[in-house]
Amino acid sequence: MTELDDYTGRARAWLDGATADLPADPDLAAARAFMARLYDAGYSGITWPAAYGGQGLSAAEERAFQQASRDHPLPVGVFGIGLGMCGPTLLSIGTEEQKLRYVRPLLRGEEIWCQMFSEPGAGSDVASLQTRAVRREDGTWVINGQKVWTSVARQADYGLLIARTDPDVPKHQGITMFIVDLHHPGVTVRPLRDMTGESHFNEIFFDDVEVAPDHVVGEVNGGWSAAVTTLLHERVSIGMGGTRTERPASFAALSRTARERGLLADPAVRERLLDLYLQERPFDLLNAKLSQEVKAGVQPGARGSVVKLLLAELTLDSADIAGEILGPDAVAHGEGGGKIAGALAWGPGMALGGGTNEIMRNIIGDRVLGLPREPAVDRGVPFRELKVGTQAKEAGK
Amino acid sequence: MRLLQSDDQRDLASAVRAFLAETSPIGRVREIAESDAGHDPRVWERMAGELGLAGLAIPEEHGGSGAGRGELAAVLEELGAALTPSPLLGAVIAADLLLASGDSAAAKDLLPGIAAGTTLAVGVLPVPGDPEITASGGTLTGVAPRVPHGLDADLIIVPAGGELYAVRGADAARTALTTLDLTRPQARVEFAATPARHVGTADVDRALDLASVALAAEQLGGLRRCLDAIVEYAKLRVQFGRYVGSFQGVKHRLADMHCVLEQAEAVVRYATWAADEDPGELPVAAALAQSYLGRAYFRVARDHLLLHGGIGFTWEHDAHLYYKRAKTDELLLGAPRRHRERLAAHLDLLP
Repeated sequence: MTELDDYTGRARAWLDGATADLPADPDLAAARAFMARLYDAGYSGITWPAAYGGQGLSAAEERAFQQASRDHPLPVGVFGIGLGMCGPTLLSIGTEEQKLRYVRPLLRGEEIWCQMFSEPGAGSDVASLQTRAVRREDGTWVINGQKVWTSVARQADYGLLIARTDPDVPKHQGITMFIVDLHHPGVTVRPLRDMTGESHFNEIFFDDVEVAPDHVVGEVNGGWSAAVTTLLHERVSIGMGGTRTERPASFAALSRTARERGLLADPAVRERLLDLYLQERPFDLLNAKLSQEVKAGVQPGARGSVVKLLLAELTLDSADIAGEILGPDAVAHGEGGGKIAGALAWGPGMALGGGTNEIMRNIIGDRVLGLPREPAVDRGVPFRELKVGTQAKEAGK
Repeated sequence: MRLLQSDDQRDLASAVRAFLAETSPIGRVREIAESDAGHDPRVWERMAGELGLAGLAIPEEHGGSGAGRGELAAVLEELGAALTPSPLLGAVIAADLLLASGDSAAAKDLLPGIAAGTTLAVGVLPVPGDPEITASGGTLTGVAPRVPHGLDADLIIVPAGGELYAVRGADAARTALTTLDLTRPQARVEFAATPARHVGTADVDRALDLASVALAAEQLGGLRRCLDAIVEYAKLRVQFGRYVGSFQGVKHRLADMHCVLEQAEAVVRYATWAADEDPGELPVAAALAQSYLGRAYFRVARDHLLLHGGIGFTWEHDAHLYYKRAKTDELLLGAPRRHRERLAAHLDLLP
């Protein structure tokens, strides 16, 4: 038995105990309490540096824990943005003080984080954002503007925000990243009801929100490269997270249903199931391969966009194929049903959140294949002169 | 499950790549393809002798080096990328059929020559619908309608009625076929009471599984080379005052092709791992490998030709060589529906 086997065994035993008394549908307090137990047991931030509250272990232990937890649905979703994106960003470009102050509470679930990049006028073109941060004479930054598509904003204590700090330079050069306290009275969070009928995301309004100078992350006006770092983490986190839970329209689930309903005698059904398998299995194998690469010290970088794109297509296509298998039952159901209808309604979100499929293809082309960039009409033009968001409307008046 | 190549496998691949760049550049590939020779005997001799590639996956007791399928895949990827007209794949199928036959005397007699490359052997894997070959009194009668490198072969290993036979190439009546892919010549091989040595039983399923994985490695190499070529071209070619690779219409297709490459590589590594380590998982992995790689390589080869524009349709450009190889490979072990049907059976989808 290797040390890693020991580790996995201990993790599994701990998980069995810690998840035994979890409520069926844990509320925020229960999720926080669980996160604290997870941290105290040494299973939060497994690969993060010990100096900031992590365990300082290798990707092998991280993977072992992921595998051990596969059969235990953990109530950690609300911490996902912090763990997957904000934390890693702070670790890579935050100041020593920021890391010492924020990383440990993030890992322990004491402070929940969100990420505030997108705006109504800045979707795919995030760098055209209009939220302003102006520096007062005492050095304090004052933020005004609006963000959108923010997950967990209602629960969050802090968020990473990017704002325009210099409108007189080209758009990428005048952006700064800040740590913002969501409890500031100038912050208003409004749930955004999406096409699933639920509110997975929020709009956030900033009205004279003050941020101390030591809450700048990275360089002033260097926020774009900071944001790119965060977004890389986001795509890897979305794409590679896609194999952790069973998808409702998975090959395994749909072929089980087809068998139960006696549909496998129909060659058209078998063909669609094979199509699904040939889309799902290579994706899962690629994910497994990327995990092994990470373990061997090779980071996926922009290749996170490959798995993000493939997961989006798989999510949309598998829900589509489910319709072929289930017929009208896929879209009309009684009590306890609705998984496929849910997958159909959620699918577009997967293909839009974290960057659209078209943006993923741009990133793969530009950053993985090294293709020449699209000529940009706004390159080198000061932000103030661009047609973006409401600025375009004002310019057109 | 290991999905990464070892350092040794990567080193082997780069040695083979360097060897092929020197001995079998694309100009030389074209010369061989347009000549009557099926392959370059000097290249084969060096591949088998200096590099030991013919005996790579043959056990040491039979004169090979007893390496794994992962090593073999690393080599075949390079041959596929370089389009080298090489009888190696057929020789691998021959050796796999012999090894699975349970006939240790025949293995002892025949494998050392195959491992040394001095006996050029090809294995025949029939496709559903092929005519029957019958055995009677130490002879075979019937037709193997398409045998890659059948004309070059010293020894033909052929299943008939569930048993395996070895026939001297010179004893069969062989006719060269006109093939779409000139780099992978094929022959019709006719047996008319042709003397044949009985070699145990024919485990065609296992040989087909192993051949599916081996061919998938070749396909992966070709696929990657196609994508590299068109990405390179998209960075150089200018139209409408822009590099064509900067147009989203082109860039997005290349991005999709890259996604296919990433998955194809994962599938090949998985199938190779199964061939080496997990006999129980090999059948489904092999059927997956051919079901995925066959379509993947052809579509990437087709799109890489199309994205070159008119130059891709010319004889002088290499794009058509890959397009033709990709289609040939997709059908080599049977139409895609055969592999999909095998896959369906292994996934328990048949009613």
